[in-house]
Amino acid sequence: MSRTTPKVLAIASGGGHWVQLLRLRPAFDGCEVVFATAKEGYRADVGAAAFRVIVDANRSNKIGLLKSAWSVFRLLRAERPDVVISTGAAPGFFALKMGRLMGIRTIWVDSIANVEELSMSGSKAGSCADLWLTQWPHLARDGGPEWMGNVL
Amino acid sequence: MIFVTVGTDLPFDRMMRIVDQWAGESGRKDVFAQIGEGGWEPRHMPFVHFLEPVEFKRRFAESTLIVAHAGMGTILSALLHGKPILVMPKKASLGEHRNEHQTATARRMMELGNVNVAFDEAELRMKLEHVDELTTAREPIAPCASGGLVEGIRDFIFHPREAKPG
Repeated sequence: MSRTTPKVLAIASGGGHWVQLLRLRPAFDGCEVVFATAKEGYRADVGAAAFRVIVDANRSNKIGLLKSAWSVFRLLRAERPDVVISTGAAPGFFALKMGRLMGIRTIWVDSIANVEELSMSGSKAGSCADLWLTQWPHLARDGGPEWMGNVL
Repeated sequence: MIFVTVGTDLPFDRMMRIVDQWAGESGRKDVFAQIGEGGWEPRHMPFVHFLEPVEFKRRFAESTLIVAHAGMGTILSALLHGKPILVMPKKASLGEHRNEHQTATARRMMELGNVNVAFDEAELRMKLEHVDELTTAREPIAPCASGGLVEGIRDFIFHPREAKPG
């Protein structure tokens, strides 16, 4: 590792994804963390930590998805983190997908809302997550996501 | 104050109409709703389409009960603030959400003793009639997560795993 302090990009869409990402903050103690989400209004949630705004989108808006992917690409290129972590949804998936190609280590924490199956982003994240996690033990399997606990 | 919220994404008219009707019939003046962009506009309670995160938190803190869609952001906020919450799952089949997870999410959270659930309109009407009997979660959650998930992520960040042998 080139840095003594790992740099982590923690990225999520707004709402429940963001709330869950924030609950994971103790995992980043001792790291340089950059938080990224979809709305400026969330800035107050991260205190003195670095905060960036990206474009959010969902699969009902293809142009929006392209804009979102582009904003995430620019963020990755500007920040050059060692690790990317996301709780979803689409922008987080883009961050893992592109991050992997840039040699960044990647973590996907699938939302606790996904009780019966992984989200669409979460299933796809399996191909680009070095650490692929579900929050429900019954969804963990060999060759699939691991379970280590939940955000509660 | 009762805070009614549909979350950051799509409106939830099916729930809002029932809450509004109940607010009108019961004469309660302490109900406030966040209805989402393009949502049906209630007649018997003040409402906004969206709330900025800071304002959302303030409403939450001032409320004695939350009535909401079964979104994890809202459920986690209720647990964090130690407020009783009544949720109704959105249904993707009715265009209320993008995927069909909320019913299962609500059921699991109910089993954990964290939320009160109305699975359909009739149940929502009934639970609103007995709104003062709704209970808070068994135990509020800490401000942050702890335990296996946090430790596992830390371990991954600070101790890169060896590449798996091929």
